Amino acid sequence: MAVMEMSAREKSVQVGGDTLKYLEGGSGAPLLVLHGELGFPGWTDAYEQLSKSRKLIIPLHPGFGVSNRIDWIMNIRDQACFYSRFLQEQSLTPIDVLGFSLGGWMAAEMAVNNAAQFAHMALVAPFGVRPPSGEIRDLFATPTQNYLDASVADPVGAPELSKLYGEPGPKQYEMWEDARAEAARLAWVPYMFNPSLPRLLEGIKGLPTLVVWGKDDRVIPASTAEVFVKAIKGAQLELLDKCGHMPEIEKKDAFLARLNTFLASR
Amino acid sequence: MHIGTFTERPYASLAENEVYRNASFFGVSNKHFDPKVGAELYHRYLDQFVYAEELGFDVLMLNEHHANPFTMGAVMDVEAAILASRTKRAKIALMGNPLPVTDPLRLAEELAMIDMISRGRLVAGWVRGAGSEQIANNINPSYNRERFNEAHDFIQQAWTRDGPWRYEGKHYHYRHVNPWQKPYQQPVPECWIPGLVSPETVIWCAQHRYPYLALATFLEPTVEMWDMYADEAERQGYQAGPENFGYLQKIVVAETEEKAQELGHAWLYGGGQPAFARPEWMFPSGYNSKAATARLAKAFTNPETGDVALATVSYSENVDVEAAKKATLATYKGFQDSNQFIIGTPKSVLPKLRHVMETIRPGIMILWHIEGGPITQEDALTSLRLLGTQVLPEMRKYAKELGLTSPDEVKPGSRPLPASGKRLPVVGQISRAAQ
Repeated sequence: MAVMEMSAREKSVQVGGDTLKYLEGGSGAPLLVLHGELGFPGWTDAYEQLSKSRKLIIPLHPGFGVSNRIDWIMNIRDQACFYSRFLQEQSLTPIDVLGFSLGGWMAAEMAVNNAAQFAHMALVAPFGVRPPSGEIRDLFATPTQNYLDASVADPVGAPELSKLYGEPGPKQYEMWEDARAEAARLAWVPYMFNPSLPRLLEGIKGLPTLVVWGKDDRVIPASTAEVFVKAIKGAQLELLDKCGHMPEIEKKDAFLARLNTFLASR
Repeated sequence: MHIGTFTERPYASLAENEVYRNASFFGVSNKHFDPKVGAELYHRYLDQFVYAEELGFDVLMLNEHHANPFTMGAVMDVEAAILASRTKRAKIALMGNPLPVTDPLRLAEELAMIDMISRGRLVAGWVRGAGSEQIANNINPSYNRERFNEAHDFIQQAWTRDGPWRYEGKHYHYRHVNPWQKPYQQPVPECWIPGLVSPETVIWCAQHRYPYLALATFLEPTVEMWDMYADEAERQGYQAGPENFGYLQKIVVAETEEKAQELGHAWLYGGGQPAFARPEWMFPSGYNSKAATARLAKAFTNPETGDVALATVSYSENVDVEAAKKATLATYKGFQDSNQFIIGTPKSVLPKLRHVMETIRPGIMILWHIEGGPITQEDALTSLRLLGTQVLPEMRKYAKELGLTSPDEVKPGSRPLPASGKRLPVVGQISRAAQ
């Protein structure tokens, strides 16, 4: 997480016997944001813009560098159940959810358990499903910097990426190592997917869903989007040109425009 | 002192440029493996161990690595079983079985069988396995330490507790534990723990009173770790001694200095040990604690020259093979000066060996003799013969003089602390002064 001005403050809450830290920023209807596998990236431009009309609630996933690791959480479904309990105890349901990458997988598992806890679900290049063709890039046996470089279609054309991660110091390195270790705990095998998820997604009813994917995603092949869209009734698909795994960084304006239209829809 | 021998049993006919191009032994395609060559090499290495026993070595040490031409011992227990039958006297030390990536119940059976076939000559050794073993076996590195601890405790039970019984742990579950193979050594086989000075492992060894075998690490961090072991031993209420410590020493001996130096370069074959696996494979997500990562980097940095023996840069697809070879060659002298490689004639290696023995005072010393690519069996057997006939007897004299007691002479963990409750030094003065 780059050190930058954040229009959010860190809060702490008990969920059952465990402590969860989360960020809260902005004003308006609450929007649950679930960050990706490299940990909280910092207060991105997209967060800043969204916070003008929404109150962002961003849980800092347990074990990903800020919230303490929770030993009993051993897979993404455990994590999803934990967040469902958080929402319920904080009387936040139904809430709109925006999940990025690994956070998108968490949102999908939550929707499978109980679609009614969400009003809208936006998934940005989520893990969770085996690509129909190609493979998911191996985060766990790749230097983080190389993984990050592969997370955008064009590193040069994504100036915000270097703003966020330009010169990673020891602190950033430690956060990455924490995040990668926890992601491995949750999803080492099968690697970053749940074989039963496509079937389970078919059971989601009445939840407006948007799936956003960069056509040039080098982390999860864009063909994976089809699996989500086919399985979730009425799901909309937004494929972005010249865009990799991080549309919120690389194609921020197009991404936000599409997202805002979707969240405003009924 | 126990004096043993070891070889990595490399797949010696691999073109070294393949390793350089990949910047790592791990990951080179197995399309380069020829089973006919493999067959000859297995017999060659087994014959070396049998010969080593004839020469009087006390310990035959094996190790295990997967998917890697650096070592052909992917299933070391198979080689151990053969040696158990072909040899009569030497201990067969398995340094070690990578617990997190193996089925612990099956391992308990295999090791008990080796112990019986050898009539009690097995030395079991537990390791976490290099990062690349987790990748090659697809075992979650984030749970590596937990799996290691759980598998270790389970195997001790499987060897000692009358079955059948059920086991339900965090990472392992068995509905019927009742192995009909029990260790020849009762209640459990002798055990040493090999390692690369990860502090968690060192402390764990001291707590279990297992001898710790440092795998060819630089002397300074080795001394530091043995002090850490001895401090923990003091907390556990015993005085650590040479019987608690082992050391693996790289060595090449030939009839002449020139020949020895020629053979010594084989240590650098393909980039040598630092090229075992790239950092992203050595340290997959969650494999190491932060403290261990920092310490490991230090253990592989030559404190005198600053040469980093452990590759820390991330791999680029455009490897300049000639530049990489040159960089590897440039480390050769430094490694000799720091006694990482001891290379010479029997006469010239002895003072160096003595220096190592005086500095770290091990009760077990394993000679990792001649290694690498283009080494003939004749050169390897000559090196072994010279070590066995001219070096080994002198080392025994030094050991006696220095009081380097083996685990057979003094049971590890049985030495009482002085009346003050404060431990005595476990390492020599020379390195302490050098620190």
